[in-house]
Amino acid sequence: MSKYSLTHLQELESEAIYVIREVVAQFDRPAILFSGGKDSIVVTHLARKAFWPARIPMPLIHIDTGHNFIETMEFRDNLVDELGIQLIVGSVQQAIDKGRAVEEQGINASRNELQIVSLLDAIEEHKIDAAIGGARRDEEKARAKERFFSHRDDFGQWDPKNQRAELWNIFNGRKRMGEHFRVFPISNWTEMDVWNYILQENIPIPSLYFAHEREAVYRDNTWLPNSDFLVLREGEKIEKKLMRFRTLGDITITGGIESEADTLEKIVAEISATRSTERGNRSDDKRSDTSMEDRKKQGYF
Amino acid sequence: MRFTTAGSVDDGKSTLIGRLLYDSKSIFEDQIEAVKKSSERKGLAHVDLSLLTDGLRSEREQGITIDVAYRYFATPKRKFIIADTPGHIQYTRNMVTGASTANLALVLVDARHGVIEQTCRHSYIASLLKIPHVIVCINKMDLVNYSEEAYNKVVEQYEELASKLDITDIRFIPISALNGDNVVNKSTNMNWYTGSSLLDTLETIHISSDENHLDARFPVQTVIRPHQDEYHDYRAYAGRVAGGVFRPGDEITVLPSGLTSKIKSINTFGGTIDEAFSPMSVSISLEDDIDVSRGDMIVKTDNQPEVGQDLDVLLCWMATKPPRPGAKYYLKSTTNEVMAIIKEVTYKIDINTMGEMVEDTNIKMNDMARVRMRITRPLVYDEYRKNRITGSLILIDDATNETVAAGTILA
Repeated sequence: MSKYSLTHLQELESEAIYVIREVVAQFDRPAILFSGGKDSIVVTHLARKAFWPARIPMPLIHIDTGHNFIETMEFRDNLVDELGIQLIVGSVQQAIDKGRAVEEQGINASRNELQIVSLLDAIEEHKIDAAIGGARRDEEKARAKERFFSHRDDFGQWDPKNQRAELWNIFNGRKRMGEHFRVFPISNWTEMDVWNYILQENIPIPSLYFAHEREAVYRDNTWLPNSDFLVLREGEKIEKKLMRFRTLGDITITGGIESEADTLEKIVAEISATRSTERGNRSDDKRSDTSMEDRKKQGYF
Repeated sequence: MRFTTAGSVDDGKSTLIGRLLYDSKSIFEDQIEAVKKSSERKGLAHVDLSLLTDGLRSEREQGITIDVAYRYFATPKRKFIIADTPGHIQYTRNMVTGASTANLALVLVDARHGVIEQTCRHSYIASLLKIPHVIVCINKMDLVNYSEEAYNKVVEQYEELASKLDITDIRFIPISALNGDNVVNKSTNMNWYTGSSLLDTLETIHISSDENHLDARFPVQTVIRPHQDEYHDYRAYAGRVAGGVFRPGDEITVLPSGLTSKIKSINTFGGTIDEAFSPMSVSISLEDDIDVSRGDMIVKTDNQPEVGQDLDVLLCWMATKPPRPGAKYYLKSTTNEVMAIIKEVTYKIDINTMGEMVEDTNIKMNDMARVRMRITRPLVYDEYRKNRITGSLILIDDATNETVAAGTILA
């Protein structure tokens, strides 16, 4: 080993910090899309490192479906306080009340797709020209072909067939009025990299990721948490389970796994032994083979 | 470690990648299940591993890959990022994209057919983009009875091709991706082969010396100035080291202005550090209050790059429309953006024979050509063969904002 070499994680970190700094240098009104999940927490941590000792020079945007885990909301508010930066909330409930979005009907109804309306509204209202997200290429096949700098037209839409070529680490952020970019600094990270990094940096994450006792119902191979929004189907019953979540979204679509992992070390060990993908517990991805691509084209995260 | 692969539909590339991912346990059960179900629905006799990554609707409909796909796998020894480039559509454009960030190129050759046009093209691009390592996998050895003679014939052919290329490290491995010979484990069918398996080679190949640690280069991305009382006089230049090693106390020059100073400190979130080398992202504070901003490059005073307005560039044209005569383009290199015009096409390159075509100078999509460029402001650069970061550039069309070309600076 040469004296001048970085570990894989250090290299990924350096790449991500470089990308985040490029965003701030190339755009007028960037923002970080913050879901409260581990990936956006890692991106926020990287942004803090990128501009230290200055504050993160952009706001966080959170799209609030109204169907949240209380823990996520508390975590978000504490983080924003600690960082001393602005929080922009885009409300799905408000979009529904204004008639901009229509609530889905049926037993599997969720507000997942409705987030697109609120997200694009927030981007337009605050004139955001670059929205930084925590999406990774390894998590979903439509995301495997994303660029670091991903261009969106003035309807906020993604055209996967007509993406700009991206070479070396030279990023082309040129755009017309009304268009914007989505930027993904942790494109090249895997789920394992994210967890190892959280462990290495000792980054605080919501308690939902650690094993805890919770009421849930077993549906579609996953433990769906009990909430005010859950409608039981025939034959289903609520049980108390020791469980945790591998990904966090809206409470109506995020399933958990049975687990005893209550420390970061145990989570890392559990994930390295696991044989299924993290999004296997997300009902939003199970709707069709190309449901992620279809949502992304419209302007999804 | 980042590597790139390229090939046509039937050379076994998907099978090889599928095997690397599967044997290193990087494919999850629910992914395999989903692919099995999709394959069954389509009435396929076997599990089509390409469905794992050909994720776009139009790709699944047409059964082709239309874009560079990134895949990830890890072994206990090393983590890998594969830029998998499709064989047919927009061949050169995709291969150049995949090659631009790779440490290593995997070239697949069918043992029955030997070196073909496509092998030349892929190897040539690897050479032009200065990928330091190439592994030639001579595949389908099972179809030539694992014959050493057949293998040697291909090695000989490739070595003749390689004599015209600029690649320092070339290795050959006889494999059968389908049966797994020499992919992860050493094959018992080819005892005459004394080298390592493909995975073993990928895990142990020495790549840390590929970075340029001689010529210190620091393109400035942005200036950090906290407007907080506790950091009242703090001012630092944020960037990613593009070459060499910087230490506090180093005499530096800021280019293109030529102003000089000394490094006061190298700062990170974790505290100040004693040295910064490529590819670290850090911020640098200087002893003197001089004018430094985005687009400038901090270098060591005793080792300076070129500064100029006339460039010799090898361009790969990526847009469907050819360059407009006399048109201005945005040229981006490191953190710099200037306007540029193509003054003259010196020659086009026949990507199959590597010959120079002096007569034909009409650039079209997927063409590679040597051009003379004139830029509006002085650019700080190195020759690409000396530094892949400070020697590379892209051109952007000011009318469409599209990236229309990739370039490596020759002089």
